[in-house]
Amino acid sequence: MDLNSIYTELIMEHNQSGHNRRHLENPDHKERGHNPSCGDDLTLELEFDGDIIKDAAFTGHGCAISQASTSMMIDLIKGKSKREAYDLVNIFIGMIKKEITDEKELEKLEDAFILQNISNMPARVKCAVLAWHSLRESIKEDVETGE
Amino acid sequence: MKSLNIERIREDFPILNQQINNNHLAYLDSAATTQKPLNVIKAIEKYNISNNANIHRGAYTLSIKATEEYDKSRKKIKGFINSPYSESIIFTKNTTEAINLVAFSYGMENIKDGDEIVVLITEHHSNILPWQMVARKNKAKLKFVYLDENSIINMKDFKDKVTDKTKIVAVGHVSNALGTINPIKYMVDYAHQKGAVVLIDGAQAIPHMKVDIQELDPDFYVFSGHKMLGPMGIGVLYGRREILEKMSPFLSGGDMIEYVEEQSSTYAELPYKFEAGTQNVEAAVGLKAAVEYIEDIGLENIKNHEMKLTKYAIDKMKEIHYITIYGSQDIDKRGGVISFNIQDVHSHDVATILDSYGVAVRAGHHCAQPLMKYLGINSTCRASFYLYNTIEEVNQFIEGLKNVRKWLGYGS
Repeated sequence: MDLNSIYTELIMEHNQSGHNRRHLENPDHKERGHNPSCGDDLTLELEFDGDIIKDAAFTGHGCAISQASTSMMIDLIKGKSKREAYDLVNIFIGMIKKEITDEKELEKLEDAFILQNISNMPARVKCAVLAWHSLRESIKEDVETGE
Repeated sequence: MKSLNIERIREDFPILNQQINNNHLAYLDSAATTQKPLNVIKAIEKYNISNNANIHRGAYTLSIKATEEYDKSRKKIKGFINSPYSESIIFTKNTTEAINLVAFSYGMENIKDGDEIVVLITEHHSNILPWQMVARKNKAKLKFVYLDENSIINMKDFKDKVTDKTKIVAVGHVSNALGTINPIKYMVDYAHQKGAVVLIDGAQAIPHMKVDIQELDPDFYVFSGHKMLGPMGIGVLYGRREILEKMSPFLSGGDMIEYVEEQSSTYAELPYKFEAGTQNVEAAVGLKAAVEYIEDIGLENIKNHEMKLTKYAIDKMKEIHYITIYGSQDIDKRGGVISFNIQDVHSHDVATILDSYGVAVRAGHHCAQPLMKYLGINSTCRASFYLYNTIEEVNQFIEGLKNVRKWLGYGS
């Protein structure tokens, strides 16, 4: 295991910057995600403008990987439609499960692409996907019934 | 007391002689599970090669041999903990099952509306959840005893909480999350004065110190095989004979019966009343070998060695200003467990980084979420030592710790 492939500068940056770590003034939806085995506990807040994710932020605590992954996800989905965000969640989870390996596809994840290495660390997979599962839960119904 | 010949001992634990991430493996998670010496591995192998059959079945020789092996294990445990009777020793799957057995067979029938159950805030979930279930079902009250300013159990609080209404006091002998050794002899005597029944969770104590049931005189004492060099899947419930005799079975079915009619049955004598279904005989055989190994080395010598490592590690950790160590500052009140955090770094990141240096430690809430909440933290890292660990491994751990913050982008 090469720690350099996990604790990259980008992850450190997201972990420490905290620019997405805040409360929204008027969230339309809050989704708490909890990983009982390690205690990571994050709450995702979303503000919608019609079908668009207008703003997103998170609070809670967790390891560097869960914090960075959440922050990268928020950067990625802000301004996107629920459908687009939903598809990106599926790409991310597919990447971590090693089901999606096509680089072109994975580049859509922007910063979060760097978390691909976590797929080689079974002990940390749950940390990486926690917030993405919360987002999926938040928008799943709208996306699936909208079809 | 004599120094352990660690080189000799380590030859008995081949699993420890391996590289993890290009470093020597420093296994510092014996509080979660211990590794098995060759005599345990070979005893299980020998049982399976020569003696395996279902016990208490039929008159054929192989079944009798298997039954004898199983009985020998029970007698070994009886001697090891100085139980007055063999039939007070019930084999279970683990500590968790043993506590559930007591909670369901004793607790559900004897704890009534308005009664109280007392546990410590440091308890493992396995010594909280079964009592929560009893309390909820029977409308009893579950009370927690908290810590004092020195992070040890506040005995004044203990005496306030244990009252004439208390029917059960369920306490850990040694805290798995903090490593604190509790004054259980005093707790047992005090609880008995108040008329309560006492269960001691000895999972973290029995591998490391002499436990004498007749001296301690608890009503129940429970522990697991896999934390004392034995196999997983075997645990022990010691129970006071008079109480066990009055208790109903926990699980029912094969091998725990006397007569079975269509609508009713009578049950086997102790200890078989509580051992329904085919038991994990090979694990019982392995546990006997583990006890023999521990007795051969000597619990005093094991404890002495562990505490030498613990003190050395704590002294070194205290020199690192960004490390917080939890639990008692008094080394005499501790076992070989160190719970700690590194400033600004989540325990799981610490464990991942230490793993890259070959050091195996536990991270998380250690199945003690109420304690974590009480301490105002989310999780800790935990290093724990046993007879096979070396000073070199402690140094490897300390060197790893010094590198942790660097990986997270902090200067020092």
